[in-house]
Amino acid sequence: MKDLVYAVNDAAVIAWRNVIRIRRVPDLLVFVLISPIMFVLLFAFVFGNSIDIPGGSYREFLIAGIFAQTVVFGASFTGAGLAEDIQKGIINRFRALPMSRSALLVGRTLSDVVYNVLSLLVMALTGLLVGWGISSSALDAATGFALLLLFAYAFSWVMAYVGLLVPSVEVINNASFIVTMPLTFVANTFVPAENLPPLLRTFALWNPVSAVTQATRELFGNIPPGTPPPEAWPLQNPVLYTLLWVGLLIAVFAPLAVRRYRSSVDKR
Amino acid sequence: MPNLVEASGLVKRYREVTALDGLDLAVAEGTVLGLLGPNGAGKTTAVSILATLLTPDAGSARVAGIDVVARPQEVRRHIGLSGQFAALDEHLTGFENLFMVGRLYHLGRPRARDRAVELLELFELTEAGGRPVKTYSGGMRRRLDLAGALVAAPPVLFLDEPTTGLDPYSRRQLWEVIRGMVGDGTTVLLTTQYLEEADRLADRILVIDHGRAIAEGAPDELKSRIGAERIEVTVTDAAVLEEARQLLARFAVGEQQADARSRSLITPIAGGMPVLTAALQELQRAGIAVRDIGLRRPTLDDVFLTLTGHVSAPEENDE
Repeated sequence: MKDLVYAVNDAAVIAWRNVIRIRRVPDLLVFVLISPIMFVLLFAFVFGNSIDIPGGSYREFLIAGIFAQTVVFGASFTGAGLAEDIQKGIINRFRALPMSRSALLVGRTLSDVVYNVLSLLVMALTGLLVGWGISSSALDAATGFALLLLFAYAFSWVMAYVGLLVPSVEVINNASFIVTMPLTFVANTFVPAENLPPLLRTFALWNPVSAVTQATRELFGNIPPGTPPPEAWPLQNPVLYTLLWVGLLIAVFAPLAVRRYRSSVDKR
Repeated sequence: MPNLVEASGLVKRYREVTALDGLDLAVAEGTVLGLLGPNGAGKTTAVSILATLLTPDAGSARVAGIDVVARPQEVRRHIGLSGQFAALDEHLTGFENLFMVGRLYHLGRPRARDRAVELLELFELTEAGGRPVKTYSGGMRRRLDLAGALVAAPPVLFLDEPTTGLDPYSRRQLWEVIRGMVGDGTTVLLTTQYLEEADRLADRILVIDHGRAIAEGAPDELKSRIGAERIEVTVTDAAVLEEARQLLARFAVGEQQADARSRSLITPIAGGMPVLTAALQELQRAGIAVRDIGLRRPTLDDVFLTLTGHVSAPEENDE
């Protein structure tokens, strides 16, 4: 019981520290917020007229995909943050303190939710400007955003593990693209999954990013009426399928990352 | 006095490098042990094991009576660590860094706050305490890092090369603070490359090389073994080196070292300049041509030369 209280306290202290850093390094925050805006505008205006969504508008279709992509990309900040802690040597201070072993990672993943909340907010506003809208209830919309944040949180554990594995900020930024690009592009994020060639199509249908996107579209009411229901089970049950992935990612990567943290050493 | 730090037979290997090769050490309560050795001798590895950052491949260690391998988390409550590279958050202020560490030692909020204020004052950082650490000078960072190790007032402190890279003023300042803590009963294990630092701070010195202890003793004992000062002579002709050695033997307070290849002779002495003058006169009277002569304080190299014969041994074989 005491251990649990300490674990919560320590994670909160680390999260507090990280949030202070977000405020002190506004350059990073500006970059975090500008790139999703660019994505919204680029896709809406560059591809918007070439990609046809039967019975609906591409911009309606697009926004949920951009949301999903951005929160997945955002997870690399978790890896980069941990890699920086190792590079700067502060991790040795933490490891010699009687703090909970999971605190650095739990605190980091929690504080990175702040980035995602802010970027979702900025993207939603940009989306509204280019003609996107929510046509469902406030509760559904809130559920949609919550699901995006939850999936982002789970995915940040994957990047936490990668960050501890490859403790260099530069490498993380590049390595994460290898994972996040296929996950976010071979999906129903920017084009309907049904339009993809067979192999990619199967991947896209079972890709959790597609499920998050599908669930968000449904919850925001962005699916045009008369659209035939998706044929694959994950997209027929996108919320459930997303939640399964959230559980799986955390169950696998949180213990891996914590174990890696325990044995990580300053490599200088 | 019980030993607050105790290690026996510590072994640590990294792939093909053996960092520690059966190291034993002990630090009695309220004393300072200086771990002296060149780069790569295993000093940082030893500290990392004792501070629970690394687990040894063999051997055992106890800190404050607690086994570091079996119960690391408990050990962490009793130690403070200040490393070679200041482990601080650049973007947090000095105060925030110390407050954070206090909270992670599970001091309550008010206690962590008070402690941060106290330590900033002790280390003359009160004014800078509200500024992000990235604006600090190297000396200020070191002081703040050391302050971080003291937040919980731990009974055992590990200081890994605390003054490496500092200017002489900051170094002296840090020495004073460390001495003050020892005066209050803290037990310290200090690693350093500087003989002078070990001399100023340590009650006992353990010299290590290649992951093994090669000498141990109080600073005075070690110094008498290597000589406090030494005359270094270079003669023009190697043939007269032995004659020079015998002439200067009467000034020697320790073992002399002659090196034929560099035609140099090292004679540990006591008495400074007058002895140097007398030695030079002695050599001139015997008609020995001297290319260079000087008085030197012992360096860490001399310690190794004397204790291990590292430098001289292979050259003797060449003869």
